[in-house]
Amino acid sequence: MTTPAFIQVDGLEKTFPAPMGQAPVTVFQNLDFEIEKGEFVCLIGHSGCGKSTILNILAGLDAASDGYVFMENKELTGPGLDRGVVFQGHALMPWLTVRENVAFAVKSRFKRHSKDEVNAQVEKYVDMVGLTPAIDKKPHQLSGGMRQRVGIARAFAIEPKMLLMDEPFGALDALTRGVIQDELLAICQATEQTVFMITHDVDEAILLADKILLMTNGPFAEVAECAYNPLKKPRSRQEMHHDGHYYPFRNHLMDFLVNGPGTPYGEKTQPQETVHTEPEPAPGPRQVVNG
Amino acid sequence: MSQSLSLRAGIVSILLLLAFIGAWWGATLPTQVDLGDMDPEYAAMMGLDSVQESDIPTPGDIGSAIWTHLSDPFYVKGSNDMGIGIQLAHSLWRVLAGFALAALVAVPLGFLIGMSPLMHKALDPYIQILKPISPLAWMPLALYIIQDASISSIFVIFICSIWPMMVNTAYGVASVRDDWLAVAKTLEVGPIKKAFKVILPAAAPTILTGMRISMGIAWLVIVAAEMLVGGTGIGYFIWNEWNNLDLANVIFAILLIGVVGMILDMIFGLLGKVVSYKEV
Repeated sequence: MTTPAFIQVDGLEKTFPAPMGQAPVTVFQNLDFEIEKGEFVCLIGHSGCGKSTILNILAGLDAASDGYVFMENKELTGPGLDRGVVFQGHALMPWLTVRENVAFAVKSRFKRHSKDEVNAQVEKYVDMVGLTPAIDKKPHQLSGGMRQRVGIARAFAIEPKMLLMDEPFGALDALTRGVIQDELLAICQATEQTVFMITHDVDEAILLADKILLMTNGPFAEVAECAYNPLKKPRSRQEMHHDGHYYPFRNHLMDFLVNGPGTPYGEKTQPQETVHTEPEPAPGPRQVVNG
Repeated sequence: MSQSLSLRAGIVSILLLLAFIGAWWGATLPTQVDLGDMDPEYAAMMGLDSVQESDIPTPGDIGSAIWTHLSDPFYVKGSNDMGIGIQLAHSLWRVLAGFALAALVAVPLGFLIGMSPLMHKALDPYIQILKPISPLAWMPLALYIIQDASISSIFVIFICSIWPMMVNTAYGVASVRDDWLAVAKTLEVGPIKKAFKVILPAAAPTILTGMRISMGIAWLVIVAAEMLVGGTGIGYFIWNEWNNLDLANVIFAILLIGVVGMILDMIFGLLGKVVSYKEV
């Protein structure tokens, strides 16, 4: 008997009650997966498979119809300060400055902190995402990327055991997204933060995740495969497409999304044997791969 | 460009004012009356003159009325002769008292209605019936039950300012973005802190719009209420001057009501700006 994982999801199911005279809709069912401490897990799947609902259940904002989520062997039944959430639409309060937005979270988490302690904590995490110059600005004075950075700083500032991110970069342009992905990668590698992130960007998943959960389409969506990222850490956006594992793994994920479940990645032939034969691109201007 | 626009608009405003006063002045000039072959002595006895003063006050009359009232606004020479400042203070006190009481009831009740769909449905029929009632219709009932004219006017102000504030508060509270509530939930924010730190600031612009509408209505209603109950106040002043057939004072009071109403509206406009935020 191995020690139980940090997060244990058992038989999770979400069914929405039937509209008048119709059958109830089961969005997903029989979800079982685990997240280890310090692991970065991405969930990818098409729209409508209930990805956001799963994240909301982990965050305690939504209730499952069936099944359980355990964190450190305790069942999760509601929202809590042990989990930090980065929302898809940043969810900053527009009447507060960056400092006040982060401080709102810090004060909720560390109720006994003095003003100075709160301020120090706020400044530390705002600095971590590189927004110190904008700390006293209101959200409407910031760009989309900066707002999402504030959302990340707010989630990290409560020092959660697990970070939950719901397509945090979905609304950003490709260049900004790349920059923030790099920052997030650096922060997570430095802090060994446990992260559960939803995305539909395959490259984002390959760059960030240690483990990628692949979901089939809804209704009755399931986690069809749990693929471990064959690319070794530390990964970088600039270098990872030179890794021999990159194209086979990326193709595998794309095949899954386009054609549906196939042979799990680990059971396929070793990537070294089927590695692409095209020559390595000459060193030159960096290409943004599928931004 | 915007500066020159305000400048040009200002010039047009002043020209319009001058044109209006000019037309007014022209229309109230003394008129020559043709007395025909009437005996001048008889005409004088009848109060007729070949030069007839206008019945309507001239711009000059209004000017001197304004000067008279504003040069000594706070005198009290008996219950029927008080300075305009005293009258205005009575009206403002009633409006502010009624408005403040209404806010004390309307904002918490609006919170309740906005947060609870059950209470929204349960209270909606009463609000829909009570809202369209002219506030003055309450006056007889108020006078009978309260038995005090001044407090009855305060009650009438209370009942007319309560609805826009309540409806707007409920709307503002109900439309607080789910995102912000989710943030509060994940941070385990308690209900009191959530109400004051998340819902109140989020709904504040809508609540203040309701307050601004309420204040506008209250200021409309106080004039009518004071005409009805008498005693003191700007509404009573107008009615009193009408009974004195002093139209210059009536016109002065009308102008004053407009100016005070504008100032009240500007105050709430400024307060609204303070709590407003740009959504992103």
